[in-house]
Amino acid sequence: MIGSATQSIVYDAPKRRHPLLTFVVQQPLGAAGLVVIVIMLFASIFAQYVAPYNPVVIDFSSMLSPPSWEHWMGTDSFGRDVYTRIIYGARTALLVGFLSSLMGATLGAVIGVISAYFGGRIDMVIQRFMDVLLSFPIIVLALTVVAVLGKFLVGGLDLNLVVAIAIPMVPKVARVIRSSALAIRELPYIDAARAAGFSHTRIIFRHIVPNVTAPYLIMLTAFMAQAILLEASLSFLGLGVTEPTAAWGLMLSGSSAEFYREAPWMIIFPGLAISLAVFAFNLFGDSLRDWLDPKIKL
Amino acid sequence: MLRYTINRLLLMIPTLLGVAVLVFIMLRMMPGDIVELKLLAEGGSVSMETLAVERTRLGLDKSLWGQFGDWMVGLVTLDFGISMWTGKPVIEEIGSRLELSMQVALMATVLAIAIALPLGTLSALYKDTWIDHVIRVFAIAGLAVPSFWLGMIIILSLLLTFDWIPPLTYLPIYEDPWHNLSQLIWPAMAVGYRYSAVATRMMRSTILEVLQEDYIRTARAKGVYEKWVISRHAMRNAMLPVITVIGLEFAFLIGGLVVTEQVFNLNGLGKLFVETVTRGDFTMVQALVMLIAAFFVIINFVVDMLYAVFDPRVRYR
Repeated sequence: MIGSATQSIVYDAPKRRHPLLTFVVQQPLGAAGLVVIVIMLFASIFAQYVAPYNPVVIDFSSMLSPPSWEHWMGTDSFGRDVYTRIIYGARTALLVGFLSSLMGATLGAVIGVISAYFGGRIDMVIQRFMDVLLSFPIIVLALTVVAVLGKFLVGGLDLNLVVAIAIPMVPKVARVIRSSALAIRELPYIDAARAAGFSHTRIIFRHIVPNVTAPYLIMLTAFMAQAILLEASLSFLGLGVTEPTAAWGLMLSGSSAEFYREAPWMIIFPGLAISLAVFAFNLFGDSLRDWLDPKIKL
Repeated sequence: MLRYTINRLLLMIPTLLGVAVLVFIMLRMMPGDIVELKLLAEGGSVSMETLAVERTRLGLDKSLWGQFGDWMVGLVTLDFGISMWTGKPVIEEIGSRLELSMQVALMATVLAIAIALPLGTLSALYKDTWIDHVIRVFAIAGLAVPSFWLGMIIILSLLLTFDWIPPLTYLPIYEDPWHNLSQLIWPAMAVGYRYSAVATRMMRSTILEVLQEDYIRTARAKGVYEKWVISRHAMRNAMLPVITVIGLEFAFLIGGLVVTEQVFNLNGLGKLFVETVTRGDFTMVQALVMLIAAFFVIINFVVDMLYAVFDPRVRYR
């Protein structure tokens, strides 16, 4: 029929949304966390342009001045602008947090997958060792590692601090990834790969690792929050980031405690920054888990 | 059950041995040793002989195997040696501080349970109402606020509103209960907040799960009062995961104490640990880590055992 050309065919195509948009719609709280994270990320990358002052220049003429139009969050006992140092502190927190959770999650994932794939005696030895690591409270382990390794500065960043924060995460990640990988190991396509004569390395990296990315990503974001908290605690104890680098935990330590009465802003704002950052990562991490794989227990 | 208990107890030994080996190796990897740190820090030059004599006195000249052997023999005979820094027996140094830290930890635990059980249950029963929202915000904030900062804020608000700060000297509770409590309740609150937040979240989610169970419907159907359904059927069954979380978070609690004790200037285990680990006081750090790890392992064991008590369906073989 010629007339059929005029008939329009309406396809009921499923609406395709960008995955980011689906995330925002389904997990509004997580999206709010993500917004905070992105703002922090921008502020810390462009700190030179965002921050009104220099974070390390000492100015004794404006020591301990209360919050005002010139200094939104006041100044510390060296006359340094607290707001500026909080922005630069975000850089430290995010960098140390990201590097250490990346390292901890990756190492944990590798160990977990190896443990699950080979099973048997290897699995048992690895699991016993992970048990040993798990019987240290996180901060005790981190403190010991810091004390043992000392400092190893690369471009103003203490890599040993990153290692110290990463190590306590390894056993937890290894455990979660191991249980996910154990389930995958039993699936027919792994048998097929083995029957096809693929090497262990190929099976692990091409067939198992891609299937544990969801728990890996979830652990990575969940541990960002913990890493930021841990970095703040270590810096607070004077064993993490050291002066003059701006770090939130460091801003709370030492002299700020002597100025409870004179300069409470030195205590209030850095702590709020830590809490907000951890809060944002927790929100985002929780939502990411609900979105990707709600069964995972952290 | 007995067999399982014994097996479980025996399994602690390799774990603790692993902890011992790990700590021992890590400490020996430390750059510099305590002898140099201690003698050279006092200023002045010290001859190599003095250093060597001091090392011999502390047993640091022995081979690593020898040192490890000595320590193991000491551990088994409950002789933890003397602190390399102060020269006092380790057990004496720890003993006086353990009491303080334990008291804060216990107070925080009691506080956390007292807050978490009712709040978690309320939050679940009034799901998606404003009560639930307020409690959830309270809980999720608890995970984000660092305990040491919370401690500082507590001190700050006490100072600004009452012009009062907690006493700085420690008196045991049996000597001066009022003084003791007015000093230790604040750090207990600071570390307990996170603790209660974790437990509240767990309580809420398990109550929600439990309320779906058949036995709850059965209880309601046979006409049990709603408050009994909640308290006897729902809450009791929801306790299990909460107990686990409380047990596991106990390790966190000790971690929180490490930092929080600095804020409140409490002379507890945490402060001792920070001091000794930076000084490289091997005997002390080793003893402290073993103590903390043993504690953690035992808590895990107790949690497992409590499972059977709270849930008669759990039978260990």
